Amino acid sequence: MLPDLARDEISRYARHLIIPSVGVEGQRKLKAARVLIVGAGGLGSPVALYLAAAGVGHIGLVDFDVVDVTNLQRQILHGTKDIGRSKLESARDTIADINPHVELTTYETALTSNNALDIIRQYDLVVDGTDNFPTRYLVNDACVLLGKPNVYGSIFRFEGQASVFSAKDGPCYRCLFPEPPPPGTVPSCAEGGVLGVLPGLIGTIQATEAIKLIIGIGDPLVGRLLLVDALAAQFRSVNVRKNPACPACGTREITELIDYDQFCGIPQAAAAMSAAGEMPEITPIELAERLRAGDVDLIDVREQNEWDFARIPGARLIPMGEFPEASSELDRNRDIVVQCRSGMRSGKVLRQLQAAGFTRVWNLAGGILRWSDEVDPSVPKY
Amino acid sequence: MEVRVLLFASYADAFGSPNVSVTVREGATVKELLARVKEMAVGHSLPPAPLIAINQEYAAPGDVVRAGDEVALIPPVAGG
Repeated sequence: MLPDLARDEISRYARHLIIPSVGVEGQRKLKAARVLIVGAGGLGSPVALYLAAAGVGHIGLVDFDVVDVTNLQRQILHGTKDIGRSKLESARDTIADINPHVELTTYETALTSNNALDIIRQYDLVVDGTDNFPTRYLVNDACVLLGKPNVYGSIFRFEGQASVFSAKDGPCYRCLFPEPPPPGTVPSCAEGGVLGVLPGLIGTIQATEAIKLIIGIGDPLVGRLLLVDALAAQFRSVNVRKNPACPACGTREITELIDYDQFCGIPQAAAAMSAAGEMPEITPIELAERLRAGDVDLIDVREQNEWDFARIPGARLIPMGEFPEASSELDRNRDIVVQCRSGMRSGKVLRQLQAAGFTRVWNLAGGILRWSDEVDPSVPKY
Repeated sequence: MEVRVLLFASYADAFGSPNVSVTVREGATVKELLARVKEMAVGHSLPPAPLIAINQEYAAPGDVVRAGDEVALIPPVAGG
Protein backbone atom coordinates (compact mmCIF):
# COMPACT_ATOMS: atom_id res chain seq x y z
CA MET A 1 0.00 0.00 0.00
CA LEU A 2 1.49 3.31 -1.05
CA PRO A 3 1.08 6.23 1.39
CA ASP A 4 -1.43 8.95 0.53
CA LEU A 5 -0.39 12.51 -0.21
CA ALA A 6 -1.65 15.20 2.16
CA ARG A 7 -3.14 18.37 0.70
CA ASP A 8 -0.01 20.46 1.20
CA GLU A 9 2.04 17.71 -0.42
CA ILE A 10 -0.16 17.84 -3.49
CA SER A 11 0.64 21.54 -3.86
CA ARG A 12 4.33 21.02 -3.11
CA TYR A 13 4.73 18.31 -5.74
CA ALA A 14 2.33 19.85 -8.31
CA ARG A 15 4.99 20.04 -11.06
CA HIS A 16 5.62 16.32 -10.66
CA LEU A 17 1.96 15.37 -10.45
CA ILE A 18 1.11 16.96 -13.79
CA ILE A 19 3.74 14.85 -15.61
CA PRO A 20 1.66 11.91 -16.86
CA SER A 21 4.39 9.31 -16.30
CA VAL A 22 4.92 10.45 -12.71
CA GLY A 23 1.47 11.46 -11.53
CA VAL A 24 0.04 10.75 -8.10
CA GLU A 25 1.21 7.16 -8.16
CA GLY A 26 4.83 8.11 -8.96
CA GLN A 27 4.78 10.70 -6.20
CA ARG A 28 3.39 8.16 -3.74
CA LYS A 29 6.19 5.77 -4.73
CA LEU A 30 8.69 8.53 -3.95
CA LYS A 31 7.02 9.08 -0.58
CA ALA A 32 7.21 5.36 0.18
CA ALA A 33 10.86 5.10 -0.90
CA ARG A 34 13.81 4.64 1.42
CA VAL A 35 17.14 5.82 -0.02
CA LEU A 36 20.52 5.59 1.70
CA ILE A 37 23.11 8.19 0.69
CA VAL A 38 26.66 7.26 1.65
CA GLY A 39 28.65 10.47 2.13
CA ALA A 40 27.34 14.00 2.75
CA GLY A 41 30.09 15.66 0.71
CA GLY A 42 30.42 16.78 -2.90
CA LEU A 43 28.15 14.15 -4.45
CA GLY A 44 25.98 13.53 -1.39
CA SER A 45 25.03 17.22 -1.22
CA PRO A 46 23.13 17.57 -4.52
CA VAL A 47 21.79 14.03 -4.19
CA ALA A 48 20.32 14.73 -0.74
CA LEU A 49 19.00 18.16 -1.74
CA TYR A 50 17.22 16.94 -4.86
CA LEU A 51 15.90 13.70 -3.39
CA ALA A 52 14.54 15.63 -0.41
CA ALA A 53 13.00 18.27 -2.66
CA ALA A 54 11.51 15.56 -4.88
CA GLY A 55 9.70 14.06 -1.90
CA VAL A 56 11.62 10.84 -1.19
CA GLY A 57 9.90 9.86 2.05
CA HIS A 58 12.84 8.45 3.94
CA ILE A 59 16.49 9.38 3.45
CA GLY A 60 19.39 7.81 5.32
CA LEU A 61 22.68 9.68 5.40
CA VAL A 62 26.06 8.25 6.42
CA ASP A 63 29.02 10.50 7.23
CA PHE A 64 31.44 11.07 10.11
CA ASP A 65 33.06 14.30 8.98
CA VAL A 66 32.91 17.89 10.15
CA VAL A 67 32.30 20.82 7.76
CA ASP A 68 35.59 22.43 6.74
CA VAL A 69 35.92 25.73 4.89
CA THR A 70 37.54 23.90 1.92
CA ASN A 71 34.32 21.85 1.51
CA LEU A 72 32.12 24.86 0.75
CA GLN A 73 33.29 25.31 -2.85
CA ARG A 74 31.19 22.24 -3.77
CA GLN A 75 29.37 20.71 -0.78
CA ILE A 76 26.17 22.73 -1.08
CA LEU A 77 24.38 21.02 1.81
CA HIS A 78 26.59 23.09 4.09
CA GLY A 79 27.11 26.84 4.48
CA THR A 80 29.63 29.21 6.00
CA LYS A 81 27.72 29.19 9.31
CA ASP A 82 28.21 25.39 9.48
CA ILE A 83 32.03 25.38 9.53
CA GLY A 84 33.13 23.14 12.39
CA ARG A 85 29.69 21.47 12.74
CA SER A 86 29.00 17.84 12.03
CA LYS A 87 28.04 17.41 8.37
CA LEU A 88 25.02 15.38 9.41
CA GLU A 89 23.69 18.11 11.72
CA SER A 90 24.21 20.67 9.00
CA ALA A 91 22.52 18.37 6.46
CA ARG A 92 19.58 17.85 8.82
CA ASP A 93 18.90 21.60 9.01
CA THR A 94 19.22 22.10 5.25
CA ILE A 95 16.98 19.15 4.40
CA ALA A 96 14.34 20.13 6.98
CA ASP A 97 14.20 23.56 5.39
CA ILE A 98 13.88 22.21 1.85
CA ASN A 99 11.23 19.65 2.70
CA PRO A 100 9.90 19.05 6.23
CA HIS A 101 7.99 16.00 4.98
CA VAL A 102 11.23 14.02 4.62
CA GLU A 103 12.11 11.64 7.40
CA LEU A 104 15.89 11.65 7.83
CA THR A 105 17.97 9.02 9.60
CA THR A 106 21.60 9.91 10.19
CA TYR A 107 24.48 7.53 10.81
CA GLU A 108 27.43 9.42 12.28
CA THR A 109 29.96 6.71 11.49
CA ALA A 110 32.18 5.43 8.75
CA LEU A 111 30.47 2.71 6.72
CA THR A 112 32.38 -0.47 7.62
CA SER A 113 32.23 -4.19 7.00
CA ASN A 114 30.66 -4.49 10.47
CA ASN A 115 27.75 -2.08 9.98
CA ALA A 116 27.16 -1.88 6.20
CA LEU A 117 24.74 -4.80 5.85
CA ASP A 118 22.65 -3.76 8.86
CA ILE A 119 22.36 -0.20 7.59
CA ILE A 120 21.84 -0.89 3.88
CA ARG A 121 19.31 -3.66 4.55
CA GLN A 122 16.81 -1.03 5.71
CA TYR A 123 16.79 0.82 2.36
CA ASP A 124 15.45 0.24 -1.16
CA LEU A 125 18.50 1.61 -2.90
CA VAL A 126 21.88 3.14 -2.18
CA VAL A 127 23.52 6.24 -3.65
CA ASP A 128 27.30 6.02 -3.47
CA GLY A 129 28.87 9.41 -2.80
CA THR A 130 31.98 8.16 -1.02
CA ASP A 131 35.48 9.44 -1.71
CA ASN A 132 37.76 6.42 -1.50
CA PHE A 133 38.24 2.99 -3.08
CA PRO A 134 37.84 0.77 0.01
CA THR A 135 34.39 2.23 0.73
CA ARG A 136 33.37 1.96 -2.94
CA TYR A 137 34.15 -1.77 -2.96
CA LEU A 138 32.40 -2.13 0.40
CA VAL A 139 29.24 -0.39 -0.88
CA ASN A 140 29.35 -2.52 -4.02
CA ASP A 141 29.71 -5.85 -2.26
CA ALA A 142 27.10 -5.02 0.37
CA CYS A 143 24.61 -3.98 -2.34
CA VAL A 144 25.30 -7.16 -4.34
CA LEU A 145 24.88 -9.36 -1.25
CA LEU A 146 21.59 -7.66 -0.37
CA GLY A 147 20.35 -7.27 -3.96
CA LYS A 148 20.02 -3.46 -3.68
CA PRO A 149 20.68 -1.18 -6.65
CA ASN A 150 23.79 0.99 -6.19
CA VAL A 151 23.59 4.38 -7.89
CA TYR A 152 27.24 5.11 -8.45
CA GLY A 153 29.02 8.39 -9.14
CA SER A 154 32.61 9.54 -8.85
CA ILE A 155 34.58 12.65 -9.75
CA PHE A 156 38.09 13.83 -10.56
CA ARG A 157 38.96 17.44 -11.47
CA PHE A 158 36.77 18.08 -14.55
CA GLU A 159 35.59 14.51 -15.16
CA GLY A 160 33.09 12.15 -13.65
CA GLN A 161 31.48 8.75 -13.99
CA ALA A 162 27.99 7.54 -13.17
CA SER A 163 26.19 4.21 -13.45
CA VAL A 164 23.64 1.99 -11.74
CA PHE A 165 25.32 -1.13 -10.40
CA SER A 166 23.99 -4.27 -8.82
CA ALA A 167 20.59 -3.94 -10.47
CA LYS A 168 18.85 -7.05 -11.75
CA ASP A 169 20.82 -8.36 -14.78
CA GLY A 170 23.31 -5.48 -14.71
CA PRO A 171 27.00 -5.51 -13.86
CA CYS A 172 28.46 -4.40 -10.55
CA TYR A 173 31.42 -2.11 -9.81
CA ARG A 174 33.75 -5.12 -9.57
CA CYS A 175 32.74 -6.32 -13.05
CA LEU A 176 34.25 -3.10 -14.42
CA PHE A 177 37.08 -2.60 -11.96
CA PRO A 178 38.01 -6.04 -10.57
CA GLU A 179 41.29 -4.81 -9.11
CA PRO A 180 41.64 -1.63 -7.03
CA PRO A 181 44.44 0.67 -8.18
CA PRO A 182 47.58 0.63 -6.01
CA PRO A 183 47.26 3.12 -3.11
CA GLY A 184 48.44 6.61 -3.97
CA THR A 185 48.11 6.22 -7.76
CA VAL A 186 44.69 7.85 -8.11
CA PRO A 187 44.51 11.27 -6.43
CA SER A 188 41.56 12.14 -4.19
CA CYS A 189 39.71 15.47 -4.48
CA ALA A 190 41.92 16.81 -1.66
CA GLU A 191 45.07 15.81 -3.55
CA GLY A 192 44.05 16.37 -7.18
CA GLY A 193 41.42 19.07 -6.83
CA VAL A 194 37.93 19.11 -8.32
CA LEU A 195 35.85 21.73 -10.09
CA GLY A 196 33.20 22.74 -7.57
CA VAL A 197 30.28 22.34 -9.95
CA LEU A 198 31.36 18.85 -11.11
CA PRO A 199 29.82 16.95 -8.16
CA GLY A 200 26.71 18.98 -8.97
CA LEU A 201 26.70 17.56 -12.50
CA ILE A 202 27.35 13.97 -11.42
CA GLY A 203 25.26 14.10 -8.23
CA THR A 204 22.19 15.35 -10.10
CA ILE A 205 22.62 12.45 -12.53
CA GLN A 206 22.69 10.09 -9.54
CA ALA A 207 19.59 11.75 -8.07
CA THR A 208 17.84 11.47 -11.46
CA GLU A 209 18.70 7.77 -11.69
CA ALA A 210 17.47 7.15 -8.14
CA ILE A 211 14.14 8.84 -8.92
CA LYS A 212 13.77 6.87 -12.18
CA LEU A 213 14.41 3.61 -10.34
CA ILE A 214 11.91 4.46 -7.61
CA ILE A 215 9.13 5.49 -9.99
CA GLY A 216 10.03 2.84 -12.54
CA ILE A 217 10.27 5.09 -15.59
CA GLY A 218 12.80 5.54 -18.38
CA ASP A 219 15.99 3.66 -19.17
CA PRO A 220 18.21 3.53 -16.11
CA LEU A 221 22.01 3.58 -16.42
CA VAL A 222 22.09 -0.19 -15.87
CA GLY A 223 24.78 -1.78 -18.04
CA ARG A 224 26.05 1.64 -19.06
CA LEU A 225 28.88 3.70 -17.64
CA LEU A 226 28.36 7.41 -18.26
CA LEU A 227 31.61 9.37 -18.69
CA VAL A 228 31.28 13.12 -18.25
CA ASP A 229 34.00 15.49 -19.42
CA ALA A 230 33.07 18.99 -18.33
CA LEU A 231 35.95 20.66 -20.19
CA ALA A 232 35.10 19.04 -23.51
CA ALA A 233 31.37 19.36 -22.71
CA GLN A 234 30.97 15.72 -23.67
CA PHE A 235 28.85 12.92 -22.27
CA ARG A 236 29.77 9.41 -23.44
CA SER A 237 27.89 6.35 -22.37
CA VAL A 238 29.81 3.10 -22.67
CA ASN A 239 27.91 -0.19 -22.72
CA VAL A 240 29.33 -2.51 -20.09
CA ARG A 241 28.37 -6.03 -19.17
CA LYS A 242 28.22 -8.37 -16.28
CA ASN A 243 31.44 -10.38 -15.88
CA PRO A 244 30.51 -14.05 -15.35
CA ALA A 245 33.79 -14.48 -13.41
CA CYS A 246 33.04 -11.53 -11.09
CA PRO A 247 33.55 -12.83 -7.52
CA ALA A 248 30.75 -10.57 -6.25
CA CYS A 249 27.86 -10.86 -8.72
CA GLY A 250 29.11 -13.64 -11.06
CA THR A 251 30.49 -16.67 -9.22
CA ARG A 252 29.22 -15.23 -5.93
CA GLU A 253 32.29 -16.48 -4.08
CA ILE A 254 32.12 -13.31 -1.98
CA THR A 255 29.54 -14.41 0.57
CA GLU A 256 30.40 -11.92 3.29
CA LEU A 257 32.04 -8.52 3.58
CA ILE A 258 35.82 -8.54 3.73
CA ASP A 259 38.53 -6.17 4.97
CA TYR A 260 38.44 -3.53 2.23
CA ASP A 261 41.50 -1.59 3.37
CA GLN A 262 43.44 -4.85 3.06
CA PHE A 263 41.85 -5.55 -0.35
CA CYS A 264 42.91 -2.10 -1.56
CA GLY A 265 46.48 -2.61 -0.30
CA ILE A 266 46.41 0.21 2.25
CA PRO A 267 48.04 -1.54 5.26
CA GLN A 268 50.53 -3.20 2.88
CA ALA A 269 51.57 0.21 1.49
CA ALA A 270 51.96 1.59 5.02
CA ALA A 271 54.07 -1.43 5.99
CA ALA A 272 56.28 -0.95 2.92
CA MET A 273 56.70 2.69 3.89
CA SER A 274 57.85 1.84 7.42
CA ALA A 275 59.99 -1.09 6.21
CA ALA A 276 62.03 1.52 4.34
CA GLY A 277 63.08 2.79 7.79
CA GLU A 278 61.74 5.59 9.92
CA MET A 279 61.03 8.78 8.00
CA PRO A 280 63.52 11.46 9.10
CA GLU A 281 61.28 14.37 10.05
CA ILE A 282 61.62 17.94 11.22
CA THR A 283 58.85 19.91 12.97
CA PRO A 284 57.77 23.34 11.68
CA ILE A 285 59.23 25.08 14.75
CA GLU A 286 62.61 23.36 14.29
CA LEU A 287 62.56 24.26 10.60
CA ALA A 288 61.81 27.93 11.36
CA GLU A 289 64.92 28.06 13.56
CA ARG A 290 67.08 26.34 10.94
CA LEU A 291 65.83 28.75 8.25
CA ARG A 292 66.72 31.71 10.47
CA ALA A 293 70.21 30.23 10.92
CA GLY A 294 70.39 29.75 7.14
CA ASP A 295 71.97 26.31 7.38
CA VAL A 296 69.31 24.31 5.54
CA ASP A 297 67.93 24.11 1.98
CA LEU A 298 64.12 23.95 1.87
CA ILE A 299 62.68 22.27 -1.22
CA ASP A 300 58.94 22.58 -1.95
CA VAL A 301 57.83 19.63 -4.12
CA ARG A 302 54.28 20.85 -4.85
CA GLU A 303 53.04 22.17 -8.19
CA GLN A 304 53.52 25.72 -9.48
CA ASN A 305 49.81 26.55 -9.08
CA GLU A 306 49.91 25.61 -5.39
CA TRP A 307 53.12 27.62 -4.90
CA ASP A 308 51.38 30.65 -6.43
CA PHE A 309 48.93 31.04 -3.54
CA ALA A 310 50.72 29.53 -0.52
CA ARG A 311 54.40 29.04 0.24
CA ILE A 312 56.95 29.08 3.03
CA PRO A 313 59.39 31.99 2.65
CA GLY A 314 62.85 30.72 1.79
CA ALA A 315 61.63 27.60 0.00
CA ARG A 316 62.64 26.66 -3.54
CA LEU A 317 60.06 25.04 -5.83
CA ILE A 318 60.98 21.76 -7.55
CA PRO A 319 57.70 19.94 -8.41
CA MET A 320 57.58 16.27 -7.52
CA GLY A 321 57.39 15.20 -11.17
CA GLU A 322 60.89 16.60 -11.79
CA PHE A 323 62.43 14.04 -9.42
CA PRO A 324 64.60 11.95 -9.46
CA GLU A 325 66.35 13.92 -12.28
CA ALA A 326 66.22 17.20 -10.31
CA SER A 327 68.19 15.65 -7.44
CA SER A 328 71.39 16.53 -9.36
CA GLU A 329 70.58 20.22 -8.65
CA LEU A 330 70.70 19.64 -4.89
CA ASP A 331 73.75 20.11 -2.69
CA ARG A 332 74.50 16.81 -0.95
CA ASN A 333 76.82 18.57 1.48
CA ARG A 334 74.01 20.61 3.02
CA ASP A 335 71.01 19.59 5.11
CA ILE A 336 67.92 19.39 2.91
CA VAL A 337 64.28 19.61 4.04
CA VAL A 338 61.54 18.58 1.59
CA GLN A 339 58.03 19.89 2.03
CA CYS A 340 54.56 19.74 0.44
CA ARG A 341 50.99 20.45 1.60
CA SER A 342 50.60 17.65 4.16
CA GLY A 343 53.92 15.78 4.08
CA MET A 344 52.66 12.90 1.88
CA ARG A 345 54.24 13.85 -1.44
CA SER A 346 57.45 15.15 0.12
CA GLY A 347 57.71 11.82 1.99
CA LYS A 348 57.76 10.04 -1.37
CA VAL A 349 60.39 12.44 -2.73
CA LEU A 350 62.45 11.90 0.41
CA ARG A 351 62.46 8.15 -0.25
CA GLN A 352 63.62 8.79 -3.83
CA LEU A 353 66.42 11.00 -2.55
CA GLN A 354 67.47 8.37 -0.03
CA ALA A 355 67.51 5.81 -2.84
CA ALA A 356 69.74 8.19 -4.81
CA GLY A 357 72.21 8.21 -1.90
CA PHE A 358 71.20 11.39 -0.07
CA THR A 359 71.67 11.01 3.69
CA ARG A 360 71.07 14.55 4.96
CA VAL A 361 67.36 14.84 4.09
CA TRP A 362 64.34 15.48 6.34
CA ASN A 363 60.61 15.72 5.69
CA LEU A 364 58.65 18.68 7.07
CA ALA A 365 56.13 16.93 9.36
CA GLY A 366 52.58 17.95 8.48
CA GLY A 367 53.70 20.13 5.58
CA ILE A 368 52.33 23.61 4.96
CA LEU A 369 49.16 22.76 6.92
CA ARG A 370 51.12 22.32 10.16
CA TRP A 371 53.48 25.20 9.32
CA SER A 372 50.42 27.47 9.13
CA ASP A 373 49.16 26.17 12.50
CA GLU A 374 52.43 26.35 14.39
CA VAL A 375 54.63 28.99 12.79
CA ASP A 376 52.94 31.38 10.38
CA PRO A 377 49.12 31.54 10.14
CA SER A 378 49.41 34.03 7.27
CA VAL A 379 50.27 31.06 5.00
CA PRO A 380 46.83 29.87 3.78
CA LYS A 381 45.73 26.31 4.48
CA TYR A 382 44.04 24.52 1.61
CA MET B 1 47.19 1.00 -39.05
CA GLU B 2 46.98 3.93 -36.70
CA VAL B 3 44.45 3.86 -33.87
CA ARG B 4 43.48 6.79 -31.69
CA VAL B 5 43.08 5.93 -28.03
CA LEU B 6 41.02 8.20 -25.76
CA LEU B 7 42.27 8.63 -22.22
CA PHE B 8 40.24 9.80 -19.26
CA ALA B 9 40.87 11.32 -15.81
CA SER B 10 44.08 10.00 -14.20
CA TYR B 11 45.18 8.24 -17.42
CA ALA B 12 44.93 11.49 -19.39
CA ASP B 13 46.88 13.16 -16.58
CA ALA B 14 49.63 10.55 -16.66
CA PHE B 15 50.00 10.82 -20.45
CA GLY B 16 49.61 14.60 -20.41
CA SER B 17 46.97 14.35 -23.16
CA PRO B 18 43.34 13.24 -23.55
CA ASN B 19 44.33 10.93 -26.42
CA VAL B 20 47.29 9.13 -27.97
CA SER B 21 47.84 7.46 -31.33
CA VAL B 22 49.43 4.03 -31.65
CA THR B 23 50.31 1.95 -34.69
CA VAL B 24 49.23 -1.69 -34.68
CA ARG B 25 48.97 -4.39 -37.35
CA GLU B 26 45.69 -4.96 -39.21
CA GLY B 27 43.63 -7.41 -37.20
CA ALA B 28 45.38 -6.60 -33.93
CA THR B 29 43.60 -7.50 -30.70
CA VAL B 30 42.82 -5.22 -27.78
CA LYS B 31 45.60 -6.97 -25.89
CA GLU B 32 48.16 -6.10 -28.59
CA LEU B 33 46.95 -2.51 -28.72
CA LEU B 34 47.26 -2.21 -24.96
CA ALA B 35 50.81 -3.57 -25.15
CA ARG B 36 51.65 -0.76 -27.64
CA VAL B 37 50.22 1.89 -25.30
CA LYS B 38 52.19 0.42 -22.40
CA GLU B 39 55.42 0.78 -24.39
CA MET B 40 54.94 4.56 -24.38
CA ALA B 41 56.88 6.72 -21.90
CA VAL B 42 54.36 6.65 -19.03
CA GLY B 43 52.48 3.57 -20.26
CA HIS B 44 53.89 1.41 -17.47
CA SER B 45 51.65 3.31 -15.04
CA LEU B 46 48.57 1.62 -16.54
CA PRO B 47 47.15 -1.36 -14.66
CA PRO B 48 47.58 -4.85 -16.18
CA ALA B 49 43.95 -5.00 -17.37
CA PRO B 50 42.35 -1.54 -17.59
CA LEU B 51 38.71 -1.10 -18.57
CA ILE B 52 38.65 -0.65 -22.35
CA ALA B 53 35.76 0.27 -24.65
CA ILE B 54 35.69 0.22 -28.44
CA ASN B 55 33.07 2.43 -30.08
CA GLN B 56 31.43 2.85 -26.67
CA GLU B 57 31.10 -0.92 -26.13
CA TYR B 58 33.01 -2.91 -23.49
CA ALA B 59 35.96 -4.68 -25.19
CA ALA B 60 37.52 -7.99 -24.10
CA PRO B 61 41.31 -8.57 -24.49
CA GLY B 62 40.75 -10.88 -27.49
CA ASP B 63 38.49 -8.47 -29.44
CA VAL B 64 39.85 -7.19 -32.75
CA VAL B 65 40.53 -3.48 -33.28
CA ARG B 66 39.66 -1.98 -36.67
CA ALA B 67 40.90 1.15 -38.42
CA GLY B 68 38.81 4.13 -37.39
CA ASP B 69 37.65 2.55 -34.14
CA GLU B 70 37.31 4.82 -31.13
CA VAL B 71 39.20 3.08 -28.34
CA ALA B 72 38.77 4.40 -24.80
CA LEU B 73 40.82 3.58 -21.69
CA ILE B 74 38.69 4.20 -18.63
CA PRO B 75 40.33 4.55 -15.22
CA PRO B 76 38.76 3.94 -11.83
CA VAL B 77 37.89 7.24 -10.14
CA ALA B 78 37.11 7.50 -6.44
CA GLY B 79 36.48 11.16 -5.64
CA GLY B 80 33.17 12.16 -4.17
